[in-house]
Amino acid sequence: MNKLVSSFTAAPLARGAVARVSLAPPVGRLVLRARGDLAALNAALGLTLPTTIGQRAAAAGLEVLCLGPDEWMLHLSPDQVGAVQAACAALMASHPHSLVDVSGREVTLVIDGPRAAELLTIGCARDIEAIPVGQGRRTAFDNVTVILWRDGSAAFRLDVWNSFAPHVAGLLETGCRELAAETA
Amino acid sequence: MLLIHCPYCDETLPEVEFTYAGQAHVVRAADPSSQTDAEWENFLFIRSNPKGPHYERWRHLHGCGRFFNAVRDTVSDRFLTTYKAGAPRPDLSSLQGDRT
Ligand SMILES: [Zn+2]
Repeated sequence: MNKLVSSFTAAPLARGAVARVSLAPPVGRLVLRARGDLAALNAALGLTLPTTIGQRAAAAGLEVLCLGPDEWMLHLSPDQVGAVQAACAALMASHPHSLVDVSGREVTLVIDGPRAAELLTIGCARDIEAIPVGQGRRTAFDNVTVILWRDGSAAFRLDVWNSFAPHVAGLLETGCRELAAETA
Repeated sequence: MLLIHCPYCDETLPEVEFTYAGQAHVVRAADPSSQTDAEWENFLFIRSNPKGPHYERWRHLHGCGRFFNAVRDTVSDRFLTTYKAGAPRPDLSSLQGDRT
């Protein structure tokens, strides 16, 4: 069953005894592509961009995940987006790069609870336990490209493009019910 | 399900994250206008179809997004190695012994 997640609601989308799925509040999202010396971009962003795929860095309300050899996803407060874009735009001539605002492209599902990692296996073929806490990965969830952030041993965030979110949330809701039935 | 090692992520990951992208090391002529029709046909359409080790391209689509190369045995589906795009073609004899 598809789940409508187009507008933000604070209440959980699905809740079972051992896992819970809810929608994260709206956040600013920027995709950065850059190569070569990153020092100037690091200075503009106020952090050191991680260069190992899957690693994260954070500073002053800004969170960044390395997605590929030259690609990063940035999460930040929506009202910071303009300032970060302006700071990076100033470097365009000396250090060509691409910084695209994708805030409206996707939503973030928060998945937590003691069996959250197990719930994710309903759609993710990866070994979830192999993703260290404090890192993240772009992967596939039931063939949908998603970004999975591991915030704790049983706390995850899943970035999903809007058009796929009802399907992914619906699948997670089914999983919550299955896990709840098992533990009941 | 195959497990494929992405040389960029340096992780061995499920096949569903990857897409196949055809034969590797197909080189476009440096001077295209010098090519005959037959040479163009060969470049565009003619591919090897080996029974055994095959040099081929893959893409880590639902991951780092990178294209890379692999040597896969078309009989056993075993990946003998994967390596970054642009890296030289590995010598087959060095791979045959290492089938772990
Ligand atoms: Zn990869």
